[in-house]
Amino acid sequence: MDTLMLSRLQFAAATFFHFIFVPLTLGLSIIVALMETRYVRTGDEVYKKMAKYWGKLFLINFALGIVTGITLEFQFGTNWSRYSAYVGDIFGPLLAIEASVAFFLESTMIGVWVFGWEKLSKRMHATAICLVAFAANLSALWIIIANGFMQNPLGFVMRNGRAELDNFVALITNPFAWNQYVHVLSSAFMLSGFFVMGVSAWHLLRKNEVDFFTRSFKTGAGFAFVFSVVLAVGGHFHGNEVARIQPAKLAAMESHWHTQKNAPMYLLALPDEANQKNSVEAIGIPSLLSFLAFNNPNAEVKGLLDFKPEDRPPVAITFWAFRIMVGIGTLLPLLAFFGWWKANRLAQYPGYLRLMLYAIPLPYLGIQAGWAVAEVGRQPWIVHGLMRTKDAVSPVDPSQVALSLAAFVVVYAFLGVIDIYLLAKYAKKGPVH
Amino acid sequence: MDLGTIWFLLWGVLWAVYFVLDGFDLGVGMLSPVIAKNDTEKRILMNAVGPFWDGNEVWLITAGGVTFAAFPGTYAVLFSSLYSALMLLLFSLIFRGISFEFRSKMETAGGRKLWDTIHFLGSFLPALLLGVAFANIFKGIPIAEGGIYKGTLFTLLNPYGLAGGVLFVLAFLMHGALYLSCKTEGALRDRAVKVAEKLWPALLIVAVLFLVFTAVATKLFQNYLDNPILFVIVLLPVGGLVMQRVFIGSRRMAAAWTASAVTIAGVALFGVIGIFPALLPSSIDPAFSMTIANSSSSPLTLKIMLAVALTFVPIVILYQAWVYKTFSHKVTEKDVAYDEAY
Repeated sequence: MDTLMLSRLQFAAATFFHFIFVPLTLGLSIIVALMETRYVRTGDEVYKKMAKYWGKLFLINFALGIVTGITLEFQFGTNWSRYSAYVGDIFGPLLAIEASVAFFLESTMIGVWVFGWEKLSKRMHATAICLVAFAANLSALWIIIANGFMQNPLGFVMRNGRAELDNFVALITNPFAWNQYVHVLSSAFMLSGFFVMGVSAWHLLRKNEVDFFTRSFKTGAGFAFVFSVVLAVGGHFHGNEVARIQPAKLAAMESHWHTQKNAPMYLLALPDEANQKNSVEAIGIPSLLSFLAFNNPNAEVKGLLDFKPEDRPPVAITFWAFRIMVGIGTLLPLLAFFGWWKANRLAQYPGYLRLMLYAIPLPYLGIQAGWAVAEVGRQPWIVHGLMRTKDAVSPVDPSQVALSLAAFVVVYAFLGVIDIYLLAKYAKKGPVH
Repeated sequence: MDLGTIWFLLWGVLWAVYFVLDGFDLGVGMLSPVIAKNDTEKRILMNAVGPFWDGNEVWLITAGGVTFAAFPGTYAVLFSSLYSALMLLLFSLIFRGISFEFRSKMETAGGRKLWDTIHFLGSFLPALLLGVAFANIFKGIPIAEGGIYKGTLFTLLNPYGLAGGVLFVLAFLMHGALYLSCKTEGALRDRAVKVAEKLWPALLIVAVLFLVFTAVATKLFQNYLDNPILFVIVLLPVGGLVMQRVFIGSRRMAAAWTASAVTIAGVALFGVIGIFPALLPSSIDPAFSMTIANSSSSPLTLKIMLAVALTFVPIVILYQAWVYKTFSHKVTEKDVAYDEAY
């Protein structure tokens, strides 16, 4: 394999692994902050116990989120040095701002929170976790603005053989990025709600600490339900934007080959990329694709055949990832709604509780699929319409990348196993008395 | 002073701050097998740096981020040229970061031992690799036209690079020992003081040799000879080194730590000023060096970045100082007794 393919695999591995931990960090930090704030307000010790218990699971997850994030900053330089040089004027500052306004705060306050139980006043201690939650979500904003530039480049001019910053306000108010931010954040919050519900369900099935886990479950269910709705609504508007700005991605998401007005959506389709068609196409709902993409049943939706083959994203991955994302995204709000509705009578629904335990991986899968749609669907561009991925890779020897990729796989597998083991162990232990 | 030069200096200062801050927690990690005699003492050591190490490491992320933002050309060439060395650094930092969280959650002695070893290596390798990397930057690395690196990982392991690695390891060990002599009590503190006393002559010898070696192997002194006023900078590491001995002798450990911080920052600034206006000198031909002129961002980006830095870095310094003050007590057995401790 060449340096390009190896670097792509390495970046994919690093991103997906990083994004196992990030969503839970984003949402659980808020949930823990809510619990501890409630403790400070009411003085009810159960909320303190809740903050400590969920906080411990948060910390195990957080540690891996941080270290795998550092990997990504490194990789832009090590593996994508031509990209770094070409758009560094715009992309670099966003990462630097993220570090100085958000990451510093998050990393400093997490230490305060862990070690400050005995050293700080209740109020200051709760403030520390609120700052962690705020900073983590602010951090995500800057990263997504950076990603938003890759999806929909704005605010730059071509000068001196590279993209140079021209309009900082346009760069950071990129509507594509803000839509994506809402989509990513709501998915992360939903995932965190499902995590809390799933773990609580395990204990409720065993009648452990029923009051503690009922309250936890309720918090998780409310959180998950609200944000699964935001996710679905936001996802629709985000889809409209993709249709307008990245028509090739939209066509790949739907495996839509022929440009047409009143484009139907097929409930059953099977992409056949080699022959540039769908091998199966059935149960078409007339005009639905046009409507979903442009809020107008008569709108014309561009097909893949209207793009030069070298400008088309890989269809199968994008198509299937999109279906996994949407399928899971449709199922989860229903599960969350049921839990929220029946939150006071959960003991009557052991089947549902068992289901919720097994549902923990679903939002993870949905989110990973969502990123695959976003990133694979953007190919062959690293920066949409501006720079191709193949022109972005570092001039390094493939053997170096192969070696580091192998190391990544081994190390990440090792860390992933220990992390899941520890999460499960401390989740099962229950709160400390 | 133009924007590029301002950012060059800030870039140097950021690295210096990072070395001073992460230097002591890396040092503590390396000293743990020597200084801590049992599990409680190991935990005391971990907890002595517990509230700070994470915030310290972000200075590295910021130094990297600033290189990317202000000098993307240098960032691209530097990171792709030192590919294997940086990957090794990265894996070391990953394992070290995880070891803080995971060590305490191991129930068997064997599990703890494994993470202790990982913690040691995760502290030693970054110190060594950063030293090797920076000595090579001081010396210049073989980059050809268009920023193409003409060496391998082993090119970096030349005598001067390795001397830099040894210097960093010793300086961080000293920095960690002095830190522990401020943060611990009783037998632990006595051991830390003794280690600092023993380390000092070794650090002195290596530092002097490094300075002489620098004169022979690099062009670092050229800027100093052109502007003799700059030799004031060299007084920082030299003076810091002398004062360390004085303060250790009189058992003023906090002052000794400060002197050690001055030494470390001084070495970094000494090198950075020596390579000015290049960030990454080429050992093949100075024409291929990555410099302020050929690698910096546009004036607009540099201006925005400056506004961000001038606003947020003071805030960061304020809250980090508050954290150091809040957790300024000596760490004892009592601190590792409750369940959130490492």
